[in-house]
Amino acid sequence: MHPSFIWKMAWRDSRSSRRRLLVFSISITLGIAALVSIGSFRNSVSQAIDDQARSLIGADLIVESSRPFKAEEEMFLRSLGAPQARETRFTTMAVFPAGGGTRLVHVRAIGGDFPFYGTMETEPASAAREFRDGTRAVVEESLLIQFGARVGDRVRIGDVEFSVAGAVHKMPGEASAGASFAPRVYIPLQDLPATNLLKPGSIAQYRNYVKFPASADVEARVKLIEPEMQRLNLEYDTVAKRKKDLGAALENLYRFLNLVGFIALLLGAVGVASAIQAHLQQKHRTGAILRCLGASARSTVFVYLLQAAAMGLVGATAGAALGVAMQRVFPAILNSLIPLPISTSIAWEPILRGMLVGFAICVLFALPSLLRFRKVAPLLVLRSSTEGDGRGGRSSFDPLVTVVYLIIAGSVTAFAISQTETWTRGLVFAAVLGLSISIFAGMAKLLIVLVRKFFPHNWSFALRQGLANLYRPNNRTLLLTVSLGLGTFLLLNLYLSREVLLAQFRSIDAKDQPNIFLFDIQPDQTRGVADIVRSSGLRVIQEAPVVTMRLSEIKGRKTSDILADPKRKIPEWQLQREYRCTYREQLSNTEKVTEGEWIGRVDYHPGDAVPISIDKDIAKDFEAKLGDELVFDLQGVPIKTRIASTRDIDWKRFQTNFFVVFPAGVLEAAPTFNVLVSRVNDANESARLQSAVVAQYPNVSALDLTSVIQTVDAILSKVALVIRVMSLFTVGAGLIVLASTIWSGRYQRLRESILLRTLGASRMQIWKILCAEYAMLGVLASGTGIVLAVASSWALARFVFKLDYAPSIWPLLVAALAVSGLTVIIGLLTSRGIGSAPPLEILRAEAE
Amino acid sequence: MTAIPILDVQRLTKTYRTGAGELNVLKEISFSLPQGATCAILGPSGSGKTTLLGLCAGLDRPTSGSVLLNGDPLADMDEDERARVRNQHVGFVFQNFQLIPTLTALENVTVPMELRGDRAARALGLELLQRVGLGDRVAHYPTQLSGGEQQRVALARAFINRPKILFADEPTGNLDAETSSGIIDIMMELNRSAGTALVLVTHDPDVAGLTGRTIRLRSGEAV
Repeated sequence: MHPSFIWKMAWRDSRSSRRRLLVFSISITLGIAALVSIGSFRNSVSQAIDDQARSLIGADLIVESSRPFKAEEEMFLRSLGAPQARETRFTTMAVFPAGGGTRLVHVRAIGGDFPFYGTMETEPASAAREFRDGTRAVVEESLLIQFGARVGDRVRIGDVEFSVAGAVHKMPGEASAGASFAPRVYIPLQDLPATNLLKPGSIAQYRNYVKFPASADVEARVKLIEPEMQRLNLEYDTVAKRKKDLGAALENLYRFLNLVGFIALLLGAVGVASAIQAHLQQKHRTGAILRCLGASARSTVFVYLLQAAAMGLVGATAGAALGVAMQRVFPAILNSLIPLPISTSIAWEPILRGMLVGFAICVLFALPSLLRFRKVAPLLVLRSSTEGDGRGGRSSFDPLVTVVYLIIAGSVTAFAISQTETWTRGLVFAAVLGLSISIFAGMAKLLIVLVRKFFPHNWSFALRQGLANLYRPNNRTLLLTVSLGLGTFLLLNLYLSREVLLAQFRSIDAKDQPNIFLFDIQPDQTRGVADIVRSSGLRVIQEAPVVTMRLSEIKGRKTSDILADPKRKIPEWQLQREYRCTYREQLSNTEKVTEGEWIGRVDYHPGDAVPISIDKDIAKDFEAKLGDELVFDLQGVPIKTRIASTRDIDWKRFQTNFFVVFPAGVLEAAPTFNVLVSRVNDANESARLQSAVVAQYPNVSALDLTSVIQTVDAILSKVALVIRVMSLFTVGAGLIVLASTIWSGRYQRLRESILLRTLGASRMQIWKILCAEYAMLGVLASGTGIVLAVASSWALARFVFKLDYAPSIWPLLVAALAVSGLTVIIGLLTSRGIGSAPPLEILRAEAE
Repeated sequence: MTAIPILDVQRLTKTYRTGAGELNVLKEISFSLPQGATCAILGPSGSGKTTLLGLCAGLDRPTSGSVLLNGDPLADMDEDERARVRNQHVGFVFQNFQLIPTLTALENVTVPMELRGDRAARALGLELLQRVGLGDRVAHYPTQLSGGEQQRVALARAFINRPKILFADEPTGNLDAETSSGIIDIMMELNRSAGTALVLVTHDPDVAGLTGRTIRLRSGEAV
């Protein structure tokens, strides 16, 4: 066949079906829109990170310690040159005396010209400068809103009352969402001592910000001073480090979103495949005539390949356009989670990549049907009964079609691997997807067999017809079950998994479980605070002394040596962190001993190895076993210990848990602060208790589970919103596939209905037949999807989140009803006109 | 030197395997048709007429026997080679017209030439449509044409490649008597003017009588 004729024929032949093909092509639009918008968003973010890298931390170097800098460290810091700035961070209670409101806040006491890069944005703008002059504070806007306070009002931090100079909007290096756990309050560093809050043992971070000369090579300088910082046990942060961390965190988000987008695209591709199959089924006669007139099998296939490619191109272009429009959505939702202003610009790379993926997948999925079309026999023009041959004998083995299926499976796996960026995860994703599809296909086949075997011969004519349509030749049972079932499965799985996570948080707040923490209690305040709690009619559920210390030796090796060892396996943070340890005689109810012997009390003499109990995961990280020695540094005093037992701790409980527990009789004289855990019944009780405690002991802080849940909920709901937006893509794609699948079978339905009408069937009977068929399909697909979703969310809960699993029945019922209902509604809507128009008219109009 | 017959059929047999055993649709049919000659295949429904036509035109493969079309043995060719032979030497007219519903009358007529990339297709197509009396319906789609008009489009399409042989499968089977005779007239006239051989399948002895030779079939056998 001459190439120009292939193009001409493809164009001419599409005349009567252009609108329909256009609708089919929308199947992939949503999937591509998802991929393009995520890709564009990713581009914008990495652009923003590059452009504003230095404002990521507001300085070239942050040196950090959990205790005030010692003389030696001060000398080292001075050697780094000017300018420098200081900050002390800690959590404490803020009191708004006007309304009496109290709330746990993050205090940042700033001295010097920080930030060196980027600007501190406040309302009014002058507040960013003014508060540094003294006794003024800049606070998080949410704090002002919560207590109905305004600029000029008073806020008390410890023993000092500050005047509110303004509200902070943006501070370089800080994402506002991170602050909502405890809102930020900026005060001048020179006012910190007067607050009287920081005492020996208090938890605080001491930061020193350094700005190097503009010409300096930051990386090289940091590398030079790194050994000294390690020797001094100082932590540090640079732009490069922060960039890497932020990038890694965002990559996980992209990966997840991309997979959801990819599933939407896959569903769309299945839709395209079914549309092409139906389209080709109607083109058998045309194909046979072309063959009869001398066209080769290959050219005939090319005619329809061009049409499929055009569909892919239209769908991909529309998807790219929608994706570009959609990319504005992500920054709007995730703005407060990302510590940089994100601008949206059109980036061609993700657009082209999305279009290419969409186009390729569209053509690839159309290929099996197209290849079968090459077997259309020219004899079809003489005998319609040879139609069976024209379908290419689906049961007959076609090596080329098998190869295409293998290519499809390979491409999907390759794409999954490229998205998850690890072989195993990509393979698992592809395998799960393949398994799900096989299960859906298997269920559909099983149903067909069962319906035939146990056919209810005594049902009404309409029901019998509808049921029989499920297994008659050219039925679409398999395809619809797979596409609808997969859609149901994915959505329900997302929903159920989210429920599992939220249920976990709700269960924390169950009756009698502790829900308020009072901490930073000095030893001499313990009794007083406990008295306040009891006199408020509340129980003291748990009290624990906390002693902070550092690890200095593991099994005879100094931690500084281990840190310097390039082959070490112990994570850096495990070696450098402060260990907040406690001492007590009994095990708490959130832990149990897995190995060794619990020793509750010892008769300690300096120099003895103290038998301690440590968390079993930490022991694994340390590659330490029972009897191994650890040496802790308690403010310069070494304490030798040996591991007497390991514990399995239930960290999910809102209670004080400790990696390291000492026996009683050792740490009693050490600098200690105490923690008290109680339960309040409502927000009022919580506020009353907090006010009463802070009024008497300004240094004591309170953390209420409700505020934690609110914060987690706020962050989760932002993430959930993103997931929901992505799920909508999947649902949307699923519904379009449903509509297009049913519409693509419309021609066949039409012929059957017309025949039935000619033989005297009423409109109502035809509607009933269609209803019965679509309802059966919907029930089958949703049922399979639900069973699979429950199984996989159970597996996720059990093996990944390690949480209890008890799904409620309602979402399952809603899913079953919604999917079956939608199938019937969309089925009937797309069959509109089949039951009512005069047979002849339809035959002429829809002849092809 | 004797000219090669346009169609040479030897001991042509077609058997279908069915659940009830083997079904002999055609049994050892042999005949030969010189260039430009006309011939009718006459017989009742189910006598194997259409099967014979399909085998002669290379639309199907025989169980045994041979068909030489313009001297080329169809049995030795693959499907695409047979398609090329059909495009070059064969024209078709069917009982149910077999026009491509998405193409206009003119586009339907020009398909065989356009398949070869022949640029004269449009002019020749218009001329042929004029000759069959459809000069004013060139842009109409099959559904907008009557049965007789559709068959005239099919005739124009059959002749556009100046085929050496025309296969017509009950070309008037779906038409009334008056329209039928018009179609037969046009077919015969085109046949004569182009020197095309004609194989006409019919169950109408009067139509068969218009051809030079008649092969009668009964239960798959020539009688």
